[in-house]
Amino acid sequence: MKLKTAILATSAIAMMSGTAVAKDMTIVSWGGAYQSSQKKAYAEPYAADHSDINIIWDESSNEAVAKLRAMNEAGNITWDLVDVVASDAIRLCDEGLALEIDPDEDLAAAPDGTSAADDFGDLLVSECFIPQIVYSTTFGYRSDIEAWNGKEPETVCDVFDTETFPGKRSLEKRPINNMEWALLCDGVAKDEVYDVLETEEGQERAFAKLDTIKDDVIWWSAGAETPQLLADKEVVIGSTYNGRLFSLIEEQDQPVKMLWDAQVFDLDGWIIPAGLPEDRLAAVKDFVKFATDTQRLADQAKYISYGPARASSAPLVGKHADLGIEMAPHMPTDPANAKNTFLYNYEWWADYRDDLDAKFQAWLSQ
Amino acid sequence: MSETADQLLTTKDGKPLKAALAKALRRDKLRALALIAPLLIFVLLTFVAPIVDMLFRSVENDIVSETLPRTVIELQDWDAESGVVPGDATYNALHYDLMIAAEKKKHTQLGTRLNYEETGISSAFRKTGRRVDDFGEGYTDQFVALNEAWEAPATWVDLLASPDWVKSQATWAAGDQKATAEPSFVINDTARKALPQTSEIYGAFARTIQVEDQDSPTEEEPWNAVYSALYEDLTANPAAADAFSGANEALLSEAAAAVATFTPVDIKALFVKADKDWGEPSIWQTIKTFAPAYTSGYFLNSVDAQLTADGVQMKPEDERIYLFLFGRTLMLSMAITISCLLLGYPIAFLLAHLPLRTSNLLMILVLLPFWTSLLVRTSAWKVLLQQQGVINDFLVWIGVISDAGRLVMINNQTGTIIAMTHILLPFMILPLFSVMKTISPNYVRAAKSLGATNWTAFWRVYFPQSVPGIGAGAVLAFILSIGYYITPELVGGTSGIFISNRIAYHISSSLNWGLAAALGTMLLAAVMILFLVYDRIVGIDNVKLG
Repeated sequence: MKLKTAILATSAIAMMSGTAVAKDMTIVSWGGAYQSSQKKAYAEPYAADHSDINIIWDESSNEAVAKLRAMNEAGNITWDLVDVVASDAIRLCDEGLALEIDPDEDLAAAPDGTSAADDFGDLLVSECFIPQIVYSTTFGYRSDIEAWNGKEPETVCDVFDTETFPGKRSLEKRPINNMEWALLCDGVAKDEVYDVLETEEGQERAFAKLDTIKDDVIWWSAGAETPQLLADKEVVIGSTYNGRLFSLIEEQDQPVKMLWDAQVFDLDGWIIPAGLPEDRLAAVKDFVKFATDTQRLADQAKYISYGPARASSAPLVGKHADLGIEMAPHMPTDPANAKNTFLYNYEWWADYRDDLDAKFQAWLSQ
Repeated sequence: MSETADQLLTTKDGKPLKAALAKALRRDKLRALALIAPLLIFVLLTFVAPIVDMLFRSVENDIVSETLPRTVIELQDWDAESGVVPGDATYNALHYDLMIAAEKKKHTQLGTRLNYEETGISSAFRKTGRRVDDFGEGYTDQFVALNEAWEAPATWVDLLASPDWVKSQATWAAGDQKATAEPSFVINDTARKALPQTSEIYGAFARTIQVEDQDSPTEEEPWNAVYSALYEDLTANPAAADAFSGANEALLSEAAAAVATFTPVDIKALFVKADKDWGEPSIWQTIKTFAPAYTSGYFLNSVDAQLTADGVQMKPEDERIYLFLFGRTLMLSMAITISCLLLGYPIAFLLAHLPLRTSNLLMILVLLPFWTSLLVRTSAWKVLLQQQGVINDFLVWIGVISDAGRLVMINNQTGTIIAMTHILLPFMILPLFSVMKTISPNYVRAAKSLGATNWTAFWRVYFPQSVPGIGAGAVLAFILSIGYYITPELVGGTSGIFISNRIAYHISSSLNWGLAAALGTMLLAAVMILFLVYDRIVGIDNVKLG
């Protein structure tokens, strides 16, 4: 993949040197369907008005934190805009690797005049973070399992019920989300989950709950694994990002259904690397202002089932560009889907991540 | 040769032959060195230097003493085992350190660093950093209530700036301000002696706003922390005003007389209010333990131990993973190397002895995987090995296993061993093949003609000659497999992952590069030791690539 990116980048540069005038702007994202939704919704309309900007796409978001740190140490920032999840944005901000932004100055106000800070609201989880989408980590299950005798999972706790719903499950190979679900299903109230998880006993309780299904779990580390495992019938139920399940169900027509219960909301958005020279900074700020306005965020939902991060974008969400189906019912933020949601506590995980990760890995290898 | 004989031999121009020879040899050596210099420099710059730099991170720890210099000094006299928090002076020192760090956005970096050692410190620093600029506000209000002059930036510049700086600043302000930066602020000597803390904090304030925000001390009101430092200076030395003259003296004497009546601000209480951890001794113990510029902390972490105020301790049972993973990495790598050898030896033998046309075709089959992406090969194994996969389907179809009893061959150690063996097989076959090619068939023929059976001829004559190839192949496969992490991540499940997976996690995800460097150093050391053992037992001269 890296080689491919390098070749693409070089050939882009080679083509560039022919025309010579356009300024390069390197945007880093996750690749795949998500990146192409960004290209279609943001970059193509922007390029139509800005022929002097040449956008180069990179697919390194999953290693962005480490690469940005390395670039910063080398004193040569080659990226202009980076797409990261909120927890990475917080970390980059803590490390001084991302630029702090002023929402009202750097981002466009809503069409009705609501300021950007109010329009994004609570989703501005870090001073450096420019939210784009709300996605959720939730479960999908196969609807054709005979052993279930016609029953279908209704709550997240059915994942832990191997009697009624036998079969393998797939869960992410990290403590985040799994620990919360385990505690929820062990009878902890939603607003007490992090207080309980902070204690030794609470952590043991979560592990004990996970122990009950440990033998039935296949652990994934890439978002594409669960859809694949579901399609192959390797697992009967599994967690992944809701957009991946959307494409499995709607685009690939697999007998799989969504379980929206206790979906965990998370955010994805832009950060601008700290230390850009002024001309590049001005160019990228102009792009970001355009790419995160109300219409652009709503447009992105035409291509992928992630909810726009602006309150004002929600009413503008329309139909899928190719399939022609209404996208609103597939959004994690849709009222019907968001009956029971779980809010991921960024600050808490920033503190406990390393500690719990060590415990989780030790638990896994036992 | 004897000394006298040497002395007799000279070159034509009378120089001793020995010296002339040495000179000629040295010239040859230099020429040889010049020839390899480009490669040598390239390797040093792009390979050795980054590795050394990376390894250095495993002990580097100057962030604590650089970010919290005053606190670290105060903590030197504090007994970490006393079970009580340090005195107010330490909280004051931390107030100043944190104020400066927060303005430079260094406090969150320090929080992340210390959070590796004690969970919760990261948010303590982040939360406190957000509020620390208000800590001294109580003093600011009281000084300003006393005399409004304290609010004016000019008062402070007049009191603290050196006359030289005032002059050069004025020259700069009169000229083109955009062309150059404002001259960097300098404290006058009187203030430095009479008001040491105030001068220091104000100096830090002035430098910070000049560098970070391109603002001028002549236009900005100082931080609240500066007022709090002034309060402390005047309390400690009520006669400080005497060192000054004119308006400054009057202003300071007025303040010095008033500070006794000021309501003191409880800095400690403000810290505890920002985060309750500041009221616990454990956070101070961690800061004190990790104050030195070099630390063994990362290395201890990498062997499941930790540095605490009471010395080195093993981590709690449920957090120990690294030693276990080191062990598993070595065991699995050996298993992979052995299965590569078992599969590779017959193939290499065939390659070396079949007629050229057939062996060339076979060679292409061996090399084919080299030209396929690692990810493709690994994913192909998933399709083959999974429970609903090709192999299980076939076995169920022919009735060897029942549908309920499908074999688990992936997402465990078996998966890792199979996929890695496949990937590393060419690295075993190629050295074996090139060594076997050089073994003359005459030896085996001779052995047979002297009455040896096929087996004896192979085992006693052929096999010993192929050992250098086995050595080379085994070393290659073993060292490569120790460092793999993508394949184990994808097919290893939970029981088939390696230590390199954790290194990758700490490099790219948790950003704990110190720990990653320590783990890497340990792995490097383990490989070196194994290499030495190998040298002792088999002898490194016995390794041949062809």
